[in-house]
Amino acid sequence: MADMMQFDLVSPERSLASFEVTEVQIPGAEGDLTAMPSHTPTLTTLRPGMLSAISTDGSHDFLVTGGFAEITAAGVTILAEQAVAKSDVTQDDMDDMLAASKAAVDAAPEDAVDAANKTHADVVALAGTLGLSGS
Amino acid sequence: MPSLKDLKNRIESVKSTRKITKAMQMVAAAKLRRAQDAAEASRPYTERFNAVLGGLAASVGNAEGAPKLLSGTGSDKVHMMVVMTAERGLCGGFNSSIAKLAKARALELEAAGHTVKILTVGKKGREALKRDLEDKFVGHVDLSDVKRVGYDNAAAIGKDLLARFDAGEFDVATIFFSRFQSVISQTPTAQQVIPAAFEEGEGAEDTAFDYEPSEQAILADLLPRGVSTQIFAALLENGASEQGARMSAMDNATRNAGEMIDKLTIQFNRSRQAVITNELIEIISGAEAL
Repeated sequence: MADMMQFDLVSPERSLASFEVTEVQIPGAEGDLTAMPSHTPTLTTLRPGMLSAISTDGSHDFLVTGGFAEITAAGVTILAEQAVAKSDVTQDDMDDMLAASKAAVDAAPEDAVDAANKTHADVVALAGTLGLSGS
Repeated sequence: MPSLKDLKNRIESVKSTRKITKAMQMVAAAKLRRAQDAAEASRPYTERFNAVLGGLAASVGNAEGAPKLLSGTGSDKVHMMVVMTAERGLCGGFNSSIAKLAKARALELEAAGHTVKILTVGKKGREALKRDLEDKFVGHVDLSDVKRVGYDNAAAIGKDLLARFDAGEFDVATIFFSRFQSVISQTPTAQQVIPAAFEEGEGAEDTAFDYEPSEQAILADLLPRGVSTQIFAALLENGASEQGARMSAMDNATRNAGEMIDKLTIQFNRSRQAVITNELIEIISGAEAL
């Protein structure tokens, strides 16, 4: 049996998931990364994307929009500002997220426009992955 | 001496009041459970968040160029007070005890030569502070349409606060809310959110983390979220406190109404007997006169 580690996904409003996994694919701000048991302790911020927790009974996918991941040798804790299970994502959710990131682009100060644009692009790409409209 | 009819009417009216207070108590009890569940559910996030933030702050905090949200603006001239209360009354001393704490603090700061600005959340606190401190009001957040406080509400307040901070409107921000202890006890609390204050011992983690991006960048990203998280936690505490306070206030009211009904009923029976005795005397003395 493969090594297991603890996976926790919490949002401000509730704890969304907590189970044993073999690996977690994390959409990090500086690029995707996969955490497996005994990973170096790492703290990374998240960009909007797909988070996959792979356990013995398959892959559990969540849509996250930001927050950060705390990776230790014994487990992964994701503190997401907003997180929805992939199967529950609707076009409405997507539209809300697109509107929010678009608004952030418009409201961003000069030096943060690039970052906001990138976030928006991430959200659009995310919509594409899910097969939902990204406009 | 009120007439029999008056007494009867009063008993009826107290009875219907009791029905209302009883119903309110039960509604508050149900809402309290929901509010407590919500507060419980948010705890893991808040705890982890504060631990991580505390650890980061401890390692970056004293470095040059630490974010202003952490190190402060270097002055403490202008204080922003965020006073969070309920949108509704009839919850005992809940609103007034928060308002009282906020007012005492405002006067204290004024006396020490600081400037005070007040942002109110919830209608009741605004009303309570209006008479003495209206000139200090800089804004109000209305949550009366919100059925269930969500993170969005807290994030909106946090955003507003941060925008004001970036604009240099204040140096120190404190939130006022009521901490839920039990149904009969809620403590009005003041908590400083800007610059971020961490309790001793928090974030004392031994693990050396790799940071991606840099520590500073993560800290700069997390601090604004920290403000919203603290506000969210405070709103949830407040929600539970409000329902708890209302529950015990309505329980008291129901009991008082019961006592009043008993008293009025005794008075009613006495006067009825007096009337009967009177009538008998009239009949008897009438018969004797014949």
